[in-house]
Amino acid sequence: MADIAFLLLIFFLVATTIETDKGILRKLPPMPQEDQPPIEIKANMRNVLFVWVNQNDELLVKGEPARIEELRQITKSFIDNNGVNPKYSVSPQEAIVSLKNDIGTSYNMYIQVQNEVAAAYRELRDALSLKLYGKKFMDLEDEKHVKKIKAEYPMRVSEAEPNVSE
Amino acid sequence: MAKFNKPKKELPAIQTSSLPDIVFMLIFFFMVATVIRQQSLLVKNKLPQATEVTKVKNKSLTEYLYVGSPKKDEEFGTAPRLQLGDKFADVTDVGAFVETKRAVVDPKLKNKITWSLKVDVETKMGIVTDVKQELRKVDALKINYSSRERAE
Repeated sequence: MADIAFLLLIFFLVATTIETDKGILRKLPPMPQEDQPPIEIKANMRNVLFVWVNQNDELLVKGEPARIEELRQITKSFIDNNGVNPKYSVSPQEAIVSLKNDIGTSYNMYIQVQNEVAAAYRELRDALSLKLYGKKFMDLEDEKHVKKIKAEYPMRVSEAEPNVSE
Repeated sequence: MAKFNKPKKELPAIQTSSLPDIVFMLIFFFMVATVIRQQSLLVKNKLPQATEVTKVKNKSLTEYLYVGSPKKDEEFGTAPRLQLGDKFADVTDVGAFVETKRAVVDPKLKNKITWSLKVDVETKMGIVTDVKQELRKVDALKINYSSRERAE
């Protein structure tokens, strides 16, 4: 009995791959209707952080070259500016991060940019959450608290429509 | 005269009667934990690393789309390809793939499916953007950029 059980045990031991899929979850915007005209965005230009990545994986943030290591800090000070710096956002609620990439941009770079922007938002939310409730945003249990933090720092990241004409 | 028995010095043998129980318990654990892979990968798939990763919660409501250059490059070339199920596919096949996957789940859960993009780090954004556009066309909006966790 034990022998057969051992045999089975060894088979399942070998066959097991404990796989967990991890990643950056995102929601794509719905496709615009055919007859619908493109929506004019009326955002004040100072409230939009343009992040462009070219085919050589070089970054251009608000028209100025930047390194990927700096992006998180720039994004954080852009969102949490509250009207201090005239080039950055008026308030976190109005701040928008706009990403645009080239066909030749590497996928790795794209993920790094997404990651840094997500990290900037997470750090800001964590800081506020710690101040108000004494724990990190991810550890909040009260639904109201989560909503409050999300209202303070809404994550507004847009991605440019790919150019079809080119 | 009283008999004096020398006290036995050797240890008693370990009880083995419960061994099958323990082994069976382990078997059941591994049986439950085992996922036998139905798909074999035809493309290279080294995932990018990121810090802000979350676990994909519901495995049965997750479908995978693989993108990368073919493993057998002398046969299929080096240009990145899309793999759906266990064969190469065209970007235009994404819509049909989504529909076949949606057809087998509970209609109520149709919009809850996560489309996990497993894209190789070496890939350029061109094909990834095309795949994303195809997903948007069929209203498959919940996506996951599959990546490995890295410490900061």
